[in-house]
Amino acid sequence: MNFPILSSLILLPFIGALFLFFTRSSNDNKITVKYVALFTSLVTFFLSLYLWILFDQTISEFQFVEDRVWIKDLINYKVGVDGISILFIILTTFITPLCIISVNNSIKSRLNEFLIAILIMETFMIGVFCSLDLVVFYLFFEAGLIPMFLIIGIWGGSRRVYSAFKFFLFTLLGSVLMLVAIISIYWITGTTDVTQLYDLGIDVKYQNLLWLAFFSSFAVKTPMWPVHTWLPDAHVEAPTAGSVLLAAILLKMAGYGFIRFSLGLFPSASEVFTPLIYTLSVIAIIFTSLIALMQEDMKKLIAYSSVAHMGFVTLGIFTIQQQGIEGSIIQMISHGLVSAALFLCVGVVYDRMHSRLITTYGGIVTIIPKYAVLFMLFTLAALGLPGTSGFVGEFLILMAAFKDNFLVAVLASLGVIIGAAYMLWLYKRVIFGKLINTELKKMIDLNRSEAFTLTCLAIPTLYFGFYPEPLINTIEVSINDLINKYNYNVASK
Amino acid sequence: MEISIIALPLIAAIVSGFFGKLIGDRNSEIVTSLLVSISAILSVLVLYEVIVNQYEENIIIAKWINSGSLEVNWSMKIDALSAVMLVVVTLISALVHIYSIGYMSHDPHKPRFMAYLSLFTFAMLMLVTADNFIQLFFGWEGVGLCSYFLIGFWFKKETANAAAIKAFVVNRVGDFGFALGIFLIFYLFGTVNYTEVFDQIPTIIDEKLNFLGIRINAIDLICILLFIGAMGKSAQIFLHTWLPDAMEGPTPVSALIHAATMVTAGVFLVVRCSPIYEYSDLALNIVTIIGMSTAFFAASVALVQTDIKKIIAYSTCSQLGYMFFAAGVGAYNVAMFHLFTHAFFKALLFLGSGSVIHAFKDEQNINNMGGVWRRLPYTYTLMIIGTLALTGFPLLSGFYSKDAIIEFAYLSGTTTGYYAAGIGIFTAFLTSIYSWRLMFKTFHGQYNNKEIKIDETHESPLVMIIPLVILSIGAIFAGFVFKDLFIGYEGVNNFWKESIFFLEPLSADHPPLWFLLLTPTLVILSIPLAYYLFVKNKNLPNQMASINKPLHEFLLNKWYFDEIYDVLIVNPSKKIGLFLWKFFDLKLIDGLGPDGIASMIKKFSFKANKFQSGYIYQYAFIMLLGFSAFLTFLIIRS
Repeated sequence: MNFPILSSLILLPFIGALFLFFTRSSNDNKITVKYVALFTSLVTFFLSLYLWILFDQTISEFQFVEDRVWIKDLINYKVGVDGISILFIILTTFITPLCIISVNNSIKSRLNEFLIAILIMETFMIGVFCSLDLVVFYLFFEAGLIPMFLIIGIWGGSRRVYSAFKFFLFTLLGSVLMLVAIISIYWITGTTDVTQLYDLGIDVKYQNLLWLAFFSSFAVKTPMWPVHTWLPDAHVEAPTAGSVLLAAILLKMAGYGFIRFSLGLFPSASEVFTPLIYTLSVIAIIFTSLIALMQEDMKKLIAYSSVAHMGFVTLGIFTIQQQGIEGSIIQMISHGLVSAALFLCVGVVYDRMHSRLITTYGGIVTIIPKYAVLFMLFTLAALGLPGTSGFVGEFLILMAAFKDNFLVAVLASLGVIIGAAYMLWLYKRVIFGKLINTELKKMIDLNRSEAFTLTCLAIPTLYFGFYPEPLINTIEVSINDLINKYNYNVASK
Repeated sequence: MEISIIALPLIAAIVSGFFGKLIGDRNSEIVTSLLVSISAILSVLVLYEVIVNQYEENIIIAKWINSGSLEVNWSMKIDALSAVMLVVVTLISALVHIYSIGYMSHDPHKPRFMAYLSLFTFAMLMLVTADNFIQLFFGWEGVGLCSYFLIGFWFKKETANAAAIKAFVVNRVGDFGFALGIFLIFYLFGTVNYTEVFDQIPTIIDEKLNFLGIRINAIDLICILLFIGAMGKSAQIFLHTWLPDAMEGPTPVSALIHAATMVTAGVFLVVRCSPIYEYSDLALNIVTIIGMSTAFFAASVALVQTDIKKIIAYSTCSQLGYMFFAAGVGAYNVAMFHLFTHAFFKALLFLGSGSVIHAFKDEQNINNMGGVWRRLPYTYTLMIIGTLALTGFPLLSGFYSKDAIIEFAYLSGTTTGYYAAGIGIFTAFLTSIYSWRLMFKTFHGQYNNKEIKIDETHESPLVMIIPLVILSIGAIFAGFVFKDLFIGYEGVNNFWKESIFFLEPLSADHPPLWFLLLTPTLVILSIPLAYYLFVKNKNLPNQMASINKPLHEFLLNKWYFDEIYDVLIVNPSKKIGLFLWKFFDLKLIDGLGPDGIASMIKKFSFKANKFQSGYIYQYAFIMLLGFSAFLTFLIIRS
């Protein structure tokens, strides 16, 4: 395989962004600008699908590896994918065009720059998921913050500056420690190449501290309780497309990082800290579900539910079992689709009524029936109804957790009950009931592009709910290999 | 052919749900009714094959979740148990579809309603034909979802919405136990396939587990957890509160979902898992106790309710209790028999009450009815049949199944069995009283409705009456015709075969004659008694109520379950949620975290600001202070 397909994936959105950079933005060419961005992201998406087709599911080694010297003897630009990372790349390239389609009149100024931010973000995210060198990973991982920071800070709501800084402070604080850890790894082993590190292994005596350093970064980004409070604020202030990117892709970096680095590089430390992760995950699931129950702002409610869902993810990863990790990855993909869709749903009514408060709405099912149907579907997926992708992930995670620890599984399962309560209650208050606010009568149902984006998200949500085989087959071998290595390392400690 | 039984209702749901506007109301009704009816005919054929040719099959349709050692397929398991359920579900569903054409004729959302009904049928069929616990769970939650949709069908009604959510969430509480049960099964056996699990059961009889600090036998724990799920779905005491509220839905829904099919899923689960339950005396005792408590509790509440549908809902709750204690004393086939006959007469009663409500233009309070039996001759006759069957009047279907339950409880020879038999007899008496109270208050005595004149009440159209007639045939003959097959000695061996497991064969004895005659006598005597109480001497019940006011209030308020749950669970959850958000997240985490740091830096820099005043003498003074401090330090050190 000589064609550098991964580098092309990383660079394509960047080239699109460059193109936009040199285009003058005015009211006349708004549509043209949007089409350029859309075209770029679509090409990226199809290229990533092609990657999935070429991808060999039967081997666990990294594929499509590109290794180039960047700084001699120090850092190599090395990329590659295995079963764990490829799905995240496809999620990224799938969500981005939908995001661009969803950008509409709500972005009043600097549309050009907004699209550039989204495309740059896509570049960084693809980079995160395929980099095989710790330094390269770190660069992409941190760089991803910048476009998001700008999206919130420039195009956000009234408290955008506060939220942007809170977001930046939280996420940067954790990352600094990760940088230190990466430098120490280089000192200890002499390399930052992930595949080499997998083979070399890291001395057990360093693992705990290094694990904690990586953890501090990932925990903030996941976000895990108690460092989750930036998320609701960031979501509330971010424009719809920003929320979608944040929930669907940005949050997945940390889950991916846990699997790739925490489990892969520091197995014995992961073993040590599993109880910590379990505790924080269970607290996240129960606490934030209860908090979500009481939210008055639709976006905040979904943001808090995201924290609970990511709690399931971290729980599943650290069960270190086939079902648990596979469940976590499916849960992340599913959450990527469903939370994106839910934020788009909020965006739809926000664009019409300019309010995110639940009490503004009620009784709109007959006014916007198409919207009501799709919103219902995603509500059900969010509460993990069998037949939607949400169920498969959640159930596998809980199943694995139960094998490991009864109490944890029982407590986490309680979250499923509260999840049903807050999602259905939200839906009922927004969609059903008597129409009191007469302003709502003027609402128009989904337009074509809205219907298109939501349908695009609905199809995989249902399809993978009934038939998750394509996902499971892709990740199965890699995860099996990861677990075998993990067990071998822990046993030989 | 077998797969089309499941596929047809799904196709019906898709056609009516997505293309309902396109093909029109009438066509949606025809398509859904027709497809479900075909499915019903095919089901009858399958049951016939099972009875005559001992047909059994386990069809694998597709892979679903294969993760590591976990293998779950979309499948269709056909044996005696699922064949019986197939017939019950599709037959009642087809009749309800047809009935709904008449009942919902004034509703603007007919295609949506029909789509939900068909979708429900599909989910219920997935539930009963599963060959593994996870597909069962799929159907389990699927029927819960359709129930949610249908209870909240009239979405403008605030009460309907609240009831819909309550039904779903309370069921989720049950599902929580059920899911844990599935996890435990997977943990112990590494598989969720019925046959593989059941085969391994005898190998772990003595295995003990430490579950949340309690040391318990593994099989006992599985059974208890699964039973929590069954309690939620079948509205057993403690998790029953959603069922009466569910009557907010249209009446055909109550007949199909909340009487004949979905609520019996819990009973089906216990019977399906008889190979596990047979090894757990503890769980069987719990099932018996919960069953008989529910039977009694619900009957007592039904005595004083005034909403015609709520009375029947509590009656359903009570009859489900009967089925559970039948299963609890090990007579699974008798439980299935009662499930089978109950489906006919309870659907008949519900649809009949729907016809009454229709006649009174949406009046549901039985105090506002009365004296219309001549105006509604068909409905009246058919409901009489339903009531006779429900109360267990000799030779009608309920007589065979309910009396068999009481007999088997008596014959089981255990203490709980005796109690259950005693409570079963007493509850049968109560059942008879409240059922006839309903009938007499609705059809006899004075006409009490002030809204509409008696001349305006009208009999329902033929499309509603015909399904009732078919159901009444079942209510009369189902018991007599099928008793040998379901509960006869032959049936146990030749019909049920492996689908129901008996560790020890059921007792073939007969209870003493006086015992056999006791229930029918009480049931027959209660008719004139009820007539006296509710038609002849109407003041007597009121007097009794005012004398025993606390008891009457207690029953009227359904033993205060809802109020207790509000105080103990619902309100605290909300308060804790609010506390965690306002105090924990905003004050504690943000306060000490980002906001705290930010404000601290601000304060600090504000203070530091004061040093830079710009006055030379202040700087000089500070320098002097520093210098002298430094000097002092040096002197002390030397």
